[in-house]
Amino acid sequence: MLQRIRTAPPRYWLVVVVVLFFAGFPTVISSFQAGQWALALILAIAIMGLNILVGYSGQLSLGHGAFMAFGAYASAILAHRYKMDYLVTIPIAGLLTGMVGFLFGVPALRLSALYLALATFALAVVMPSLIKRPVGLTGGVQGISLPPVVVPQLAKDGFTMLTGSAMTSDQWVYYVTFAYALVLFWLAWNLVRHRAGRAMRAIRDGEVAAAASGINISGYKTLAFGISALYAGIAGSLLGLATGYISPDTFPVSLSIQLLVGAVVGGLASIPGPLLGGIFAYFLPIESNQWVPTQTWIPSQIVATVVKAGPAVTYGVVLILLMIFAPNGIVGLATAGYNRLRRRLRGAADRESGHIPPDPQTV
Amino acid sequence: MALLEVRELAVSFGGVVALDHVSFSVEADQVVGLIGPNGAGKTTLFNIITRVYKPGAGAVLFDGTPVTRLAPHEVIRHGVARTFQNLALFRSMTVLDNVMVGDHIRTRSGWLASSVPMPAAMNAESASRKRALEVLDFVGLAARASHPVATLPFGTQKRVELARALVSKPRLLLLDEPAGGISHEEVDGMSRLLRRVHTELGVTMLLVEHHMGFVMGISDRVVVLDFGKKIAEGNPSEVQRNPAVIEAYLGAA
Ligand SMILES: Nc1ncnc2c1ncn2[C@@H]1O[C@H](COP(=O)(O)OP(=O)(O)O)[C@@H](O)[C@H]1O
Ligand SMILES: [Mg+2]
Repeated sequence: MLQRIRTAPPRYWLVVVVVLFFAGFPTVISSFQAGQWALALILAIAIMGLNILVGYSGQLSLGHGAFMAFGAYASAILAHRYKMDYLVTIPIAGLLTGMVGFLFGVPALRLSALYLALATFALAVVMPSLIKRPVGLTGGVQGISLPPVVVPQLAKDGFTMLTGSAMTSDQWVYYVTFAYALVLFWLAWNLVRHRAGRAMRAIRDGEVAAAASGINISGYKTLAFGISALYAGIAGSLLGLATGYISPDTFPVSLSIQLLVGAVVGGLASIPGPLLGGIFAYFLPIESNQWVPTQTWIPSQIVATVVKAGPAVTYGVVLILLMIFAPNGIVGLATAGYNRLRRRLRGAADRESGHIPPDPQTV
Repeated sequence: MALLEVRELAVSFGGVVALDHVSFSVEADQVVGLIGPNGAGKTTLFNIITRVYKPGAGAVLFDGTPVTRLAPHEVIRHGVARTFQNLALFRSMTVLDNVMVGDHIRTRSGWLASSVPMPAAMNAESASRKRALEVLDFVGLAARASHPVATLPFGTQKRVELARALVSKPRLLLLDEPAGGISHEEVDGMSRLLRRVHTELGVTMLLVEHHMGFVMGISDRVVVLDFGKKIAEGNPSEVQRNPAVIEAYLGAA
């Protein structure tokens, strides 16, 4: 055991550091900020789902916000109408959304990449109006207000014992989200490096060869849709918990785009990518809307456009910059930098045989 | 009964007749060479056997099973593995992962067992890794296991593809130009390797190849295609003397 700890590769230590950081830092930031970070982690979970679909199985979705909406409404209806404990509804919402995603994946098999993109986009477009229809169930345009979050006594006591202050509901939501993120990222990490994930990656890299190796292409493609939707469903459900209120406007088309941008920016087909992507997708529009107006060198028309159009412009600019300078996202950039450093340290003797992956974030 | 039986197989693409009622068979434990000028229909024949294409007419029986009724991913489960003329490796994956994909049918853990890491699935995973490493050792690439496959030289990638096909323990191996595009020294190495696949692993082979010395040296029988038609069949020396074959090759050259 000790031996294993001592020989663990550096990235395992990095994981430990990151987990400890996310566990500890809500105690030193304000409750409001903890609430913001919960939202960033919620996006990270949804982006991880999207990453399993796009990054690992090679299918594009421009409509994952629709699956978040489904999960959120599943939870809200179960909690509001059927008086279930909200925490219990989260995994149920995830499973239901997963099933919907799986069913959506079946006809999606018949579509080429372009038409799949269009079909998922259409799903995101029609979702808000679909939600509005069954007014009795979904509350129509009014949406559903959820019962206030109750922090369990055990969590309160534990938090007070460790930090000396009382736990706010935002902090509680943060920790629930963090726990889900931890488990779901761990599951994804296992999935992609074992048999089922290997099959998905094989399909992404070449369907003919994958089929010749005995991989059931349609089976794994729909499976990827299902798992991906399950992640989005849980993220949607957590979003309801975090905001306390959901309506069709909570899930605009731009949410789906936000998820895709986050997935690409963080780095597709990587496990840390969605975490970075989630943080990025949540904070970038907020930060840039505050920062841009303070910059005197930016022409005033551009400032006005950015402030008015908000996220869309910022996302667009960042996406273009990344495509040029870091096609493999933030994780790709970091890995390339790390490899360059290691090569230099190892010296010229090894350079010949030191094969550096051109696409290092496969797992 | 023959291990593989191709009966009156025909297919055309638009106006091009790629295969014109071709029949032949491969007995168990034989090496059969399949030769013919470019565009003769050799790759198309492989693509029909592995269900990439549907035949227009005719049948393919493998050990009595009509292959043309199987789904593409079921073919290997019946014991038919293949390599590709222009390499079809999983380019973003490592050598080991590529070969482990070839082992897919010998393990059965599903997505949940993969994600939650169930002990049974993890044992299957290490057994699979062990088999993959053994096969990599057999083709002389054990030291390359953790390398990203795309960074390796072309000739080495061809051996990775061979390893990926072998790890499934096929009864019939379809090899599409295993020595195509590789250097002279590598051609000899590949030839020795394929002999060992035949003698040590006992795999029956249908071999498409342009290096005549290579095919004639290793094959028990040779089938010759030209413009989708079978123009000759027999043992290597018969085929080499066959006027129609000489004509086809001279005409093509
Ligand atoms: N998918 C396809 N679409 C159209 N024509 C094809 C296709 N595949 C093969 N062909 C044609 O079928 C003929 C046989 O090709 P192929 O089997 O690749 O020959 P070989 O492998 O013997 O060189 C060629 O004329 C080729 O152009
Ligand atoms: Mg060919």
